[in-house]
Amino acid sequence: MKKTRLYQVHKEAGARLIEFAGWEMPVEYRGLIDEHLAVRTKAGLFDVSHMGEIIVDGPEALALVQYLTPNDASKLLPGQIQYSALTTDEGTFVDDLLVYCLSVPDKYLLVVNAANTDKDFAWVKDKAASFKVKATNESDRYSQLALQGPLAQEILQPLTDLDLSQMKTFHFAYGQVAGIDSLVSRTGYTGEDGFEIYTLSEKPDVIWKAIVAKGEPLGLQPIGLGARDTLRLEAKLMLYGNDISDKTTVLEADLKWIVKFQKGDFLGKAVLEKQLAEGLKKKLVGFEVVDRGIARPHYPVYIGGQKVSEVCSGSYGPYVKKAIGLVYLPIEFTAIGTELEIGIRDKMVKARVVPTPFYKREKK
Amino acid sequence: MYPENLYYSQDHEWLKIEGEEAILGITDFAQKQLGDIIFVDLPAVGKTVEAHQAIATVESVKSVSDIYSPVAGEVVQVNQEVAQTPELINRDPHGQGWILRLKIKDKSELNKLMKAGDYEKFLEGLEH
Repeated sequence: MKKTRLYQVHKEAGARLIEFAGWEMPVEYRGLIDEHLAVRTKAGLFDVSHMGEIIVDGPEALALVQYLTPNDASKLLPGQIQYSALTTDEGTFVDDLLVYCLSVPDKYLLVVNAANTDKDFAWVKDKAASFKVKATNESDRYSQLALQGPLAQEILQPLTDLDLSQMKTFHFAYGQVAGIDSLVSRTGYTGEDGFEIYTLSEKPDVIWKAIVAKGEPLGLQPIGLGARDTLRLEAKLMLYGNDISDKTTVLEADLKWIVKFQKGDFLGKAVLEKQLAEGLKKKLVGFEVVDRGIARPHYPVYIGGQKVSEVCSGSYGPYVKKAIGLVYLPIEFTAIGTELEIGIRDKMVKARVVPTPFYKREKK
Repeated sequence: MYPENLYYSQDHEWLKIEGEEAILGITDFAQKQLGDIIFVDLPAVGKTVEAHQAIATVESVKSVSDIYSPVAGEVVQVNQEVAQTPELINRDPHGQGWILRLKIKDKSELNKLMKAGDYEKFLEGLEH
């Protein structure tokens, strides 16, 4: 199993470690619910060094990114970031990702899911062969920390030479954090304000410890993968393998906003255009459980006694204090308020389609 | 740490014997492994159960775990308090966090269970 450069720090913090995508990662420190609420109300610090970083570099880097992803990367200036996807010919997902524009039009950083890094790199490299681009998998060189929560800026500002008040959401800049050269972006996977810090330093623990020292008196906690998952679900952020996959298209996943048909050709465009013209047959929606019970991944979903689907992500949401989840439903059953039944062990439990995200932070 | 007056199973349940009946709960070790417990699915009173059969379910945010009855019997009472306030199991696993009460079918089955000292040794064995 791979270990991040922060492994020892997690051990010392008393984290419970589990295997995730080939990495030994902290799943929980003080307790999932405590950690979840800390991020919603104060701040939380995550080691997400397992995430993959792929750099595409060369005169046709933008052209390659435009071909691989449905969003319009030509809109990006250096220092800007875009949520997008790597799509197949079928308009389904190889992965979802963030595209960081390092230099126009020749250098982009693709941040991908840990579980998919090798697959994604092989995919990108294969497609890059027909472009004047070199793709490199930099994942093992980068450490990545995420500082998330309403107090994130207050905690990070004294530790960096960057003016964070000037950094907008989905923007990044190069600077120092605790004296370590870093790339800092205003991004995250929790539904909160916050930052992600990438560094090539061998000593990312210096950054970790400085943030903990500054943040703990204000209520910051280290956060494991357990709370990371419940935080992202409340915010309806996708998890590859649960909510999106190579079996579901970008439109079915209700991510039409990342599909820019006008921008030119891209992988899966024809299928997606056809799907849009003919109308979707199924779509990903959010539900909440009305009766007592928690819907988990793969639990069967029924409408009028007929099994129509299975739960994708499903969990208890510690902040919304409800059992929530996502499910692909036949399009005629996707209206808000539609009543569902979920098979939980030997019981049929009532649920209903609700608006998403389940949680949305109040803008200051 | 583990009360002397309880019997313990390898699945981390405990039993407290009161005459022909037993109160059943999960051990402190089990609640720590599960983390924050947020849901308890209790059986109906009157349900009969064989030894080692699932009798209830507890859920933490991320996991679902069956609770097995260490002995055969019939459910005579369930703890409505833990149904309402599942975190009682985290707070007081060997006391207020009890789960249900069984009428024991055959008390000789208790001989197969561990006493506190043996259970503690069993736990030490798990850590290696």
